[in-house]
Amino acid sequence: MNFQDLLLMQHELLLTLAALVVLCVEIFSPENNKRMVVPLAVFSMLLIAAVSFFFPTSGKAFGDMYQSDTLRGAMKSVLDIATLIVFLQSYGWVNKEENRNKISEFFIIIFSSLIGMNFMISSGDFLMLYLGLELATIPIAALAAFDRYKMKSAEAGIKLILSSALSTAILLYGLSMIYATTGSIYFDEVRAAFKPDALSVLGMIFFITGMGFKMSLVPFHLWTADVYEGSPIAVTSYLSVVSKGAAAFIFTFVLYTVFPIASEIWLQVLVVLSIVTMTIGNLFAIRQGNMKRFLAFSSIAQAGFLLLGILGQGQLGMGTVIFFLLVYVFTNLAAFSVVAAISDATGKEDMTDYNGLYKTNPNLSLMLMLALFSLAGIPPVAGFFGKLFLFSAMASKGYYIVLFIAVINATISLYYYLLPVRAMFINKSDNPIEHFKSNIYLKIGLGISVVGILLTGVFSIVYEYLISVSAGL
Amino acid sequence: MNILNLLILIPILTVTGIAVSKSMDAVRKVAAIGMFLQLITSIVILFVYMGIRKSGVTDEMVLMSDYTWFTTINIHYTIGIDGISAAMILLTSIVVFAGIFASWEVSNLQKEFFISLILLATGVFGFFISIDLFTMFLYYELAVIPMYLLIGIWGTGPKEYSAMKLTIMLMAGSALLIVALFGIYYLTGPADGQHTFNLLELAKNTMSLPAQRFFFPFAFLGFGVLGALFPFHTWSPDGHASAPTAVSMLHAGVLMKLGGYGIFRIAMYLMPQAAAEQAWIFIILTSTSVIYGAFGAIWQKDLKYINAYSSVSHCGLVIFGLLMMNKTAMDGAILQMISHGLMTALFFALIGMIYSRTHTRIISEMGGLMKVMPFLGVVYLIAGLASLGLPGLSGFVAEMSIFFGAFQHDDMFHRVATIMAISAIVVTAVYILRVVGILLLGPIKNEEYKLLTDATWYEKISTLSLLIAVAGIGIYPTWLYNMIYESIGPIAAKLIVY
Repeated sequence: MNFQDLLLMQHELLLTLAALVVLCVEIFSPENNKRMVVPLAVFSMLLIAAVSFFFPTSGKAFGDMYQSDTLRGAMKSVLDIATLIVFLQSYGWVNKEENRNKISEFFIIIFSSLIGMNFMISSGDFLMLYLGLELATIPIAALAAFDRYKMKSAEAGIKLILSSALSTAILLYGLSMIYATTGSIYFDEVRAAFKPDALSVLGMIFFITGMGFKMSLVPFHLWTADVYEGSPIAVTSYLSVVSKGAAAFIFTFVLYTVFPIASEIWLQVLVVLSIVTMTIGNLFAIRQGNMKRFLAFSSIAQAGFLLLGILGQGQLGMGTVIFFLLVYVFTNLAAFSVVAAISDATGKEDMTDYNGLYKTNPNLSLMLMLALFSLAGIPPVAGFFGKLFLFSAMASKGYYIVLFIAVINATISLYYYLLPVRAMFINKSDNPIEHFKSNIYLKIGLGISVVGILLTGVFSIVYEYLISVSAGL
Repeated sequence: MNILNLLILIPILTVTGIAVSKSMDAVRKVAAIGMFLQLITSIVILFVYMGIRKSGVTDEMVLMSDYTWFTTINIHYTIGIDGISAAMILLTSIVVFAGIFASWEVSNLQKEFFISLILLATGVFGFFISIDLFTMFLYYELAVIPMYLLIGIWGTGPKEYSAMKLTIMLMAGSALLIVALFGIYYLTGPADGQHTFNLLELAKNTMSLPAQRFFFPFAFLGFGVLGALFPFHTWSPDGHASAPTAVSMLHAGVLMKLGGYGIFRIAMYLMPQAAAEQAWIFIILTSTSVIYGAFGAIWQKDLKYINAYSSVSHCGLVIFGLLMMNKTAMDGAILQMISHGLMTALFFALIGMIYSRTHTRIISEMGGLMKVMPFLGVVYLIAGLASLGLPGLSGFVAEMSIFFGAFQHDDMFHRVATIMAISAIVVTAVYILRVVGILLLGPIKNEEYKLLTDATWYEKISTLSLLIAVAGIGIYPTWLYNMIYESIGPIAAKLIVY
């Protein structure tokens, strides 16, 4: 262990530094003047994202507990981009009268949660994974209850902490079974010692269950809609994109690298989970009137699609999953940014409020439409490529019946993604939302998302890069 | 640069031009100029194509370009045309050109209307020039966004319902296609171990018979939904009746033809053995389509519904001709695509023009229109005659070839199916002549109609451009017939030809 090894963790260290800097600014700036905080947080996030993308590290530290390579670097970069956009879109909300005195808290908490996710992704053993997971989750529960004067927000915080406590318990139980049968918690050793006997497989299933909670797979999704609806929108988007993405990354990675021997078993489990998740998510999304709940169920359905990519296995599966999540980051955050903009300006969050929006706010409507079509997987936007590559990965292993169920689900999803489009473009309204101007931060955030939606798919270099970093799985 | 790229480039530039236009008049002028250039390009492409063929080139596809897109899964942007796609490209640009003039008076959100319309057409052009199945599918799906908006925003009647129904049903069709697409991709044994989406490469190898049996229905029905194959046709009457004029024209005229084209070029070409085995099921469905559509049209009171049901019948005939699997019938089927595309576009244009004057589409409320608007009346009559297959107009050549080919099968099953399909011609005559009788001839029922005016200059451009094409094919079909006949060769050779 020397200083060089410590620098492998540059990403985590920089995030810690950023959190500390924001904390210092909070302490030393006067009570009613915290305008510095948002630009500072955005700038440090941008800097961290750039540094870790352009100067990737590779190596192992702390006796292989911490590992860093280009694949994990790519995963972290996806999360960086997502967090950056979340920061930008949160500007309007954190600067509201009631939140102004706790601006810094928001950023500090997000930074610490992101540190947790990074450790989770970089983990080389189950203990590190668990620590990262906890560090990632507990701060978010605080965030969910950020609008604590609102009943729903407080409820969301409690629901999140309770359900993640339960899921963590299950996860830990599973890990202890794996430790009991293999005698190790290190990924490499577990992989070598793993035998698909009953207890080990049960441990693995518990691991899948625990992670299933984080990714809100059906039947472990019941907390999702309430938490998404209750939390402030910035937190909801963070939950639905960053938190879910990080869990999906490490989930896929562990399945591929630690449990390849039991692949027949977890493939079956994933097939069932993905079919149920897609279908339930889709069917429930149809009936939602609140945009946040709507996007919550849509994100459940998207998680179901994501599992299909994992069925692809190996390099193709991993690359496709990361690509899908990258696309999902841009797409979902674009949708959430529009919802946030409207909510900040008017406080309205129901789909019926969006009636006639195109007449008054054409740009926001177009962007939301673009995002929804990307979620539905309609070309030429990135969602089409994301989804088709998932299907391709799955079909490469011969899952044609599952593919059929998935495409039927994609058709159902188009129906409800068209509902807000119908509201904005076709429905007439007597008192539509007035024309309003959004702040510059949100515009930049939306701009990044929209450029991402338009370009990530068409420019093949992104996909090729992600496939190439996944080599060797 | 490959001239085919212009077919994508011109619409994109036109859309950009429309987006920056300031006034309403500028918008439609830019649209008209853009689509005029597109029409010219299509004609040039046709002549270039014929020139290449005349110089003795016998490649399956000519004017090819190939750009690598995604290396990992071997997706290319490969373009090229043969006689069939050259003809379809010309059809599309004529219909779009006429469609722009038919929607000259659109005033609500005009910019968005023309942008969506041209984007819709771009998808179709892209589909016809693609050789790579992935890009072909991408272009095919590209139509979804503009289509929903066009019907939903600018439509009439129960437009929201129709727009949603049409979009979801067509999406379900393409969902089936995705399954077939990846089945073909992964299960067609490539020579060098690298899977490919390239149509021509795929055609060199054949899938195993069990795989063909499994995936052929997916591909066939996937495209069949778009081709309004019974019983998946229900989106068509509602959708076409609710859509604004230009969209009905483009959709019934061209987009439905994508179904037949895809069945021919992808489903039957790449899975010939399964096609031969399962043809009987689909022959039953298509002859039902033909008869059902014709009888459906008889009962309708709304002009657009009549035409929509008649499209179901005629498009059924396209697939029927393809399933007969001999060169004559297939050639007829493709001629029918073009002929019906022009004809139905003409019909929808005329119906739109009549509707904008009388504000009703119910036949019984109108009468004697020939007296007040002779130009529109005469054109309607000619279109009607083409639709029921009068010699000298395009419909005759196409239907004759189909039935001529179909009668070459001498077994009982094909005979019965053919006779059923032919009998639809009689029914077609009934509903066409009935409409012509009530609508155009007879007394003027409403005094106000006496004040109606005849076609304006832009309406004349719209209808005449279609009419000239209909008559042109009817009077001198040989060049088109031969051009298509040559191009059917490689595909027909793979099918079991009786």
